[in-house]
Amino acid sequence: MLTDKEKQLIEEELRHHEQKRGAVSEALMILQKSRGWVSSEAIADVAQQLQMTVEEVDGIATFYDLVYRSPVGKHVIMVCDSVSCYVMGEQRLTEHLKKRLGVELGETTDDGLFTLIPVGCLGACDKGPALLVDGEIIEGVTPERADQIIETFRKEPDAHSAHR
Amino acid sequence: MPTPLTAEIRPGREYFDVVAYEASGGYQGLRKALAATPQAVQQAVIKSGLRGRGGAGFPTGQKWSFVPMDDTAGHRYVIVNADEKEPGTMKDRLLLEGNTHQLIEGTIIAAWAVNADIAYIFLRREYTLAARHIEKAIAEAYQRGYLGKGVLGSSWNLEMRLHLSAGRYMCGEETGLLNALEGRRAIPRNKPPFPQVSGLWGRPTVVNNVETLSNVPHILREGPEWYRTLSSSVDAGTKIFGVSGKVKKPGLWELPMGTTLREIIMEHAGGMADGTKLRGMIPGGASTDFLTAEQLDVKMDFDSVAKAGSRLGTGTVVVLDDHTCPIGMLLSLEKFFARESCGWCTPCREGLPWVAKILQALEEGKGEPRDIEVLEQHGKLLGPGRTFCALAPGAVEPLQSALRLFKEDFDAHVRQKRCPYT
Repeated sequence: MLTDKEKQLIEEELRHHEQKRGAVSEALMILQKSRGWVSSEAIADVAQQLQMTVEEVDGIATFYDLVYRSPVGKHVIMVCDSVSCYVMGEQRLTEHLKKRLGVELGETTDDGLFTLIPVGCLGACDKGPALLVDGEIIEGVTPERADQIIETFRKEPDAHSAHR
Repeated sequence: MPTPLTAEIRPGREYFDVVAYEASGGYQGLRKALAATPQAVQQAVIKSGLRGRGGAGFPTGQKWSFVPMDDTAGHRYVIVNADEKEPGTMKDRLLLEGNTHQLIEGTIIAAWAVNADIAYIFLRREYTLAARHIEKAIAEAYQRGYLGKGVLGSSWNLEMRLHLSAGRYMCGEETGLLNALEGRRAIPRNKPPFPQVSGLWGRPTVVNNVETLSNVPHILREGPEWYRTLSSSVDAGTKIFGVSGKVKKPGLWELPMGTTLREIIMEHAGGMADGTKLRGMIPGGASTDFLTAEQLDVKMDFDSVAKAGSRLGTGTVVVLDDHTCPIGMLLSLEKFFARESCGWCTPCREGLPWVAKILQALEEGKGEPRDIEVLEQHGKLLGPGRTFCALAPGAVEPLQSALRLFKEDFDAHVRQKRCPYT
């Protein structure tokens, strides 16, 4: 069930759309922000609120890169594996991250702190390789820089963003 | 050499606000537009020769002229396509972050030209700095009377809103974008009807790229004739060119349309990084055919690049050097397209993962001679006319050209049963 706060945020969003369904991706992001990921319960909540079917909403949720349809770690690290970053050493960075975190792509660390996911071009092509860490683009990432980011979060799991 | 799009962009400046933008001549183009009829604004943009900067190069003013001006029985929309996700492309980000009001002004002028009352900026959510600047710029534009009820004292109303996408390449496809805004999966729509007649919620809609619209204030302010003088080729204006890969100074530069690849790569990007040699490049993002190092004198404009066997695309070059495996580079490209295929039509959904798997096998030394034949077949089976939208035809451009230009590399992978570059 939607909390009052979630309901209020979705209703605020609805004011800007011709039809309720126009707010569906934003509604999913609102629930993901408050709940950490988009569960089947969250899908049902959005469907009811926007008068869509559960299948329609799930079809949207599974379409987008930034909607997590299964639980993720406290921090989500996305590695850009598109062409410019590939040329600039993305594979070395990805292998380093996998080893350092002890996970394969798509997995979450045992302590629930990190999820590692590949992602398409982040528009940092002239400053690759690039990561998207908790939604923020980080450019020119060496394996050493990646270690710093991981260490910052290990020391301070609630740190908002590793690169500031 | 005038650089209207980037003249006011300073590295390290936090935000270029409305006061500073006005002081640089900002919103004068809008005032001129409002003093003219929408049709006259369309004509000015047609005369300027501006072609779309999102990759397809369609004449912008002509696109606007397809909107039926008498259909006013509901909303009419202008949408900024700021869903930049073409691999190798980072040009719109520069304009979104560095001179946000320039885009807002261009969008308002476009809205006037097609008599729209609602404008959306469809932005990829990962561009967080751009999002903050757009929120500020829209608020300032409302405050100054450039948006809202009675724009600049006229009887025309325009609302503008930022939409943050949740991330998918297909949302950058014009009709996929419309579906996304309507809360549907971003699969392509059948054309016709074209969006100008029946777009968002079935209403007349124009979708333009960020760089395209950023040109519009300057065309209105300085005139179409001035705009044509900016270029050194048949295509008018300047273009944001970029280079990534192993060059000395990767980056973005605003240069006359028709600047040669040689000048862009060897002068502006500083030439190849020490110890590397240029082998080739994709000239305009992931969906363009490879060109070779022998083609450096090709002019970067729509017709010249097409004549050379590729496409100008987004104008952002990705360089292939002699230490990078061309098949590995191609695999990165095809993996992207396979992942981003929306699944709506079968050739794309089934064909692209097959292509990616074969390339992966070749890289792992598990390739067979027949694999190359299968890749060649896919080049044809996923080409223009076989699929619903341009994703798969775009994906096979680098594939087909790589098969032709790097044939020895393909053969070596099969023969040696390993990637010779590792």
